[in-house]
Amino acid sequence: MTAPVYNFAYLDEQTKRMIRRAILKAIAIPGYQVPFASREMPMPYGWGTGGVQVTAAILGPQDVLKVIDQGSDDTTNAVSIRKFFTRTAGVRTTTATLEATVIQTRHRVPEAALSADQVLVYQVPIPEPLRFLEPRETETRRMHALSEYGLMHVKLYEDIARHGHIATAYAYPVQVASRYVMDPSPIPKFDNPKLSNCPALQLFGAGREKRIYAIPPYTRVTSLDFDDHPFEPYRHDASCELCAATDSYLDEVITDDQGNRMFVCSDTDYCEHRRALGHGPIAATQKEPADG
Amino acid sequence: MSAPAFGMAFASQAAFRALMECLSRPGEIRTLEGVGAPPPMAPATAALVRSLADYESPIWLDPAFAAAPAIAEWIKFHTGAPIVAAPDKAAFALVADSLAMPTFLKFAQGSEEYPDRSTTIIVQVERFAGPALTLQGPGIETTRDFAAAPLPADFAQRLRDNREMFPRGVDLVFVTGQAIAALPRSVRIVEER
Ligand SMILES: [Zn+2]
Repeated sequence: MTAPVYNFAYLDEQTKRMIRRAILKAIAIPGYQVPFASREMPMPYGWGTGGVQVTAAILGPQDVLKVIDQGSDDTTNAVSIRKFFTRTAGVRTTTATLEATVIQTRHRVPEAALSADQVLVYQVPIPEPLRFLEPRETETRRMHALSEYGLMHVKLYEDIARHGHIATAYAYPVQVASRYVMDPSPIPKFDNPKLSNCPALQLFGAGREKRIYAIPPYTRVTSLDFDDHPFEPYRHDASCELCAATDSYLDEVITDDQGNRMFVCSDTDYCEHRRALGHGPIAATQKEPADG
Repeated sequence: MSAPAFGMAFASQAAFRALMECLSRPGEIRTLEGVGAPPPMAPATAALVRSLADYESPIWLDPAFAAAPAIAEWIKFHTGAPIVAAPDKAAFALVADSLAMPTFLKFAQGSEEYPDRSTTIIVQVERFAGPALTLQGPGIETTRDFAAAPLPADFAQRLRDNREMFPRGVDLVFVTGQAIAALPRSVRIVEER
């Protein structure tokens, strides 16, 4: 990642035009996977090259970029992507969700409500939700063309037969605007409801698989389910031990070598923001108020 | 990172971003920095063409544009995009005479498997005013009114027929001098006034 900068945001203008045309089609056909000629990026595929290419194609000098990985701004992946765009595009970066105009993410949707002035870019490893049912691209194309999604429902129902509930916890399939079934990327299914009627544009980029797809703002997105087994977003039945949030997605982290664990917000900016507002550990909030 | 070095790149990005916003919010009007081009090409049309077209995206010109040889020369010089005679071979269609625009079926509709292989029609209009269409669909929170003039008398019916074909169909971009609005194939008309 130390090549000299010849182009704004690394990609040449011809590549950006090609990606931009694909993004425009993706918005016009919500949930449909648009093929694009993915380029080699100066980072390995597992590092979100699809998301990076989408971000590079939309980014302008006025943008403020946030990059999160599993909810955190501080992982190696998030830091290196942020540095990449600082160096190649000179854009401002932030960790504050509310300050960002473009948010590139891997594996989470921010807890804070997004606005119409923001674009959320997802890094996608496997864009085809039907791939595990059908390895052939020609066949999955045909299934999408005919809205032939029965097999997908059968797979989910097998989960219920085997486990008593739908066991899929990540990359839980959704249907966009009552048409295309879409992989929301490996976000926890807790995040699925945030995809629906979101004021922000959501773009999805898969580098290795060369696909771009989109959810326009204010688009109905439903998680596949059944009348007798409705979709249920899962979260640990606990509150964050740092900020006492009861509404955020929690990570269970090991705190010492005795195997002690604690639950904390996966979204570090959300947690820090709450603590800055005075929300603290549960023990503290249960104390008598000083003026009481 | 100086402005002169990236000036053209920034202009392309700004025009693209305006169109991305318009397609994301059907019927909403945005202004963008226009580019000078021979008549009858509007500055915003020229900005979009320079931002999005290249040798991989054939362009069809309506008779009003085709009648001005300087237009094809300008497009070839600035973008390298081939000019095609068959509208169903075009990635972009440029329409200067909005009243006479061909029916959408003359353009590429994409296939059921690849609905993205379709034409985006850029239509120059005189103003965003006139009888309104009330729209719903992805990108619209409740409903949104859209008006452009002049348009063919059966425009609303054409748009309904286009929606019937979803996910196939064409996407529409409307341009006045410096302003643009878009109607992706996903929009539905809920009321006509
Ligand atoms: Zn917290």
